[in-house]
Amino acid sequence: MSATVADPSAARGSATPRGRVTQWHVVRSEWTKLWSLRSTRWSLLAAVVSMAGLGVLASAILMSRWSELNPQKRTYFDAIDHSLGGADLAQLAIGVLGVLIVSGEYSTGMIRSSMLAVPRRLPVLWAKIAVFGAVTFVLMLIAAFVAFTASQAVLSQHHVNVALNAPHALRAVVGTALFLTVLGILCTAIGALVRNSAGGISAFVALLFVLPGVAGILPSNVADTIDPYLPSNAGATLMQAVPDAHMLSPWAGFALFCGYAAVAVAAAALMLVRRDV
Amino acid sequence: MIRVENLTKRYGEKTAVDDLSFSIPTGVVTGFLGPNGAGKSTTLRLILGLDTPSAGAVSIDGRAYRDYDAPLRMVGTMLEARAIHSGRSAYNHLLALAQTHGLPRSRVEEVIELVGIGEVARRRVGSFSLGMGQRLGIAAALIGDPQTVILDEPANGLDPEGIRWIRNLLKGLAGEGRTVFVSSHVMSEMAQTAERLVVIGRGRLIADTTVEEFVSRASSDAPVRVRTPQATELRDALADRGVQVSGDERGVLEVRGASAERIGEAAAAGGIVLHELTPLQASLEDAFMHLTHNAVEYHTGAQAEAAGADIEPELGARA
Repeated sequence: MSATVADPSAARGSATPRGRVTQWHVVRSEWTKLWSLRSTRWSLLAAVVSMAGLGVLASAILMSRWSELNPQKRTYFDAIDHSLGGADLAQLAIGVLGVLIVSGEYSTGMIRSSMLAVPRRLPVLWAKIAVFGAVTFVLMLIAAFVAFTASQAVLSQHHVNVALNAPHALRAVVGTALFLTVLGILCTAIGALVRNSAGGISAFVALLFVLPGVAGILPSNVADTIDPYLPSNAGATLMQAVPDAHMLSPWAGFALFCGYAAVAVAAAALMLVRRDV
Repeated sequence: MIRVENLTKRYGEKTAVDDLSFSIPTGVVTGFLGPNGAGKSTTLRLILGLDTPSAGAVSIDGRAYRDYDAPLRMVGTMLEARAIHSGRSAYNHLLALAQTHGLPRSRVEEVIELVGIGEVARRRVGSFSLGMGQRLGIAAALIGDPQTVILDEPANGLDPEGIRWIRNLLKGLAGEGRTVFVSSHVMSEMAQTAERLVVIGRGRLIADTTVEEFVSRASSDAPVRVRTPQATELRDALADRGVQVSGDERGVLEVRGASAERIGEAAAAGGIVLHELTPLQASLEDAFMHLTHNAVEYHTGAQAEAAGADIEPELGARA
C-alpha cells in the first residue's frame, strides 16, 4: 500500500468514460447493490427455505398423526392453505429485507454516494422497488410452487392432496408470490420513510402483526368492521383458498393491499425528493 | 466555475451557513478553510444538492448539480463522513457507482489501480483501515473522470505517508487542468497545494482570495525584526512615534506599528547602525488563526486568550 503513490496522469484514463444516468443504468446498479451484500443473500435464502420447506414439514407432521386427528379437523383441513403455510415466516424475512435495502443505506452513509450519483433521487427508489420486487416475485413464485407440489406429494399419503387445477389452487400459489412481493415493496417504502433499520422494522411488524391484535381488543362489532381492511388481512386473502366469510374477496383484498403499498411508495417518493439526505 | 450566491442553511434555530457568496475558478486548487463546525461540510452538501438551501443558490458551470445527466463526470466528490456500505467490497461499491452512469467495468479496475487498493478491492469495506477508506473515497470521486473534484477533509486521520499521497494527488489533478475544491481545518495542508482560499467561520465568509494575499493581509500588523548594536538609541528614536518596541535581548528588537521603511528612515536620521531589518511575515497558519479566532464556535477560554492576545481586533472583525 505505502509503496503506491498515485500517478496522476493515469486519472484521465485510457479513454474518457462516456455514459449518463438512465433508469436502466440505475436498475443495474441496484441489482449489483442487492446481491453484493451478504445479509441480503442470507435473508433471501431464509425466505426461500421458509416458503418452500415449512409447508412440506407441516404436511409431513400432519400425515404422521392423521389417524389421531378428530373428524372435525379432518373435515375442515385445507390442502392448499396447509401447503403454503411457509408464507407466514417468509413474509418476515421479505419485510425485514425490504426495510433494510433502504435503511441500510442511511445507517452506513451509502445513501449520500447513491444520491451524488443519481441526484434526481427518484430513479434510485424506482430501481430498488423494481429489482427487489422482481427478485422477490421470481424466488417466491418458485418456492410457492415447490411448497405446493412437494406438500401435495406428502399429503397423498392419506389421499387428502389436491391438484394444481383444483379450485383456487393456482390463484393461491401465484397469490402467495404476489402478496410477498407487494409486502416487500411496502416495506421498502417504509424503510425510505423511516430511514432507520430498527424503526423501520418496528413499523413493519407493528403494521402487519401487531395491528390485527390491537383490533381484536376493540368491541367485536367494531373489530369485525375494521378487520377486513387491515393491510395484513386484506393482502392475505389472495393466498387463501377460501378466505373467511367476513373478509374481503381475494382480489378485492389484494387490490386494497396494493393501494396501501401505493400510498406508502408515493409518500416515500415525496419525502425522498423533499428531505435533505 | 462553481458559483455560490447568498447561500443560507438553517436547521431549526441554528444557522449553519449564513448568506455565503463565493466562486471557485476553473483549473486551480482552491482550499476551503474554517475551524471545525464552521459550516464547511454543510456548504459542500448544499453545492452537491444533498441538502436544499434555505435561501440562495449554487451553480456548477451555470447549472445545479441535480440537473446534470452525468453528474459523476462533472463533479467527483469525497465527503468527510463515510458514504460507503461497510458490508460491500470496494470493487462492488465502485461497480454500483459506475453502473449508474453506464461506465464499463474496465473503468472500475482503472481507478482501483490508480489509488492502489488492488490487493484489498475484493474485501469488505468494513475491514478497511482509515487510509484505505480514504483511497477508496478518492477512487469513487474519480470514477467518472470528472472535471471538478470536491474533497472534504481528505487528509483527516491519515499518516504522513497518506498525507503526502493526498498532496501529490491534488497537485496532479490540478496539473491536468481540473478544478479542485478541498476543505480542511488544518491550514498548513493548504499552504503546500492551494492557490486560492475560501475561508469561513460560523457559516460566514471571512476571506475569498489568493493564498499570497491572504498571508500578506494577515501580515500587515506583523512585527519587524531589527538587529542593532545601538538598541537603546533606536528605542528612543522610535518611542515618540506611537510605536511598540519589545524584546531587546542581545540587540534584537521586535517593532510593531511601523513599517521597515519608517524604521530604516528613523535609524538613518539618528545615525543608528542596523545589522538587520526584516519584516516578519505571518505564516499561513498564523494568518488562519488571526482571521478565524472570532469565528471559532467552541473554544476554551485559554485558547481564546492566546489567540486574542496578539491580534488586532478589527482584522478578525472583517468577517
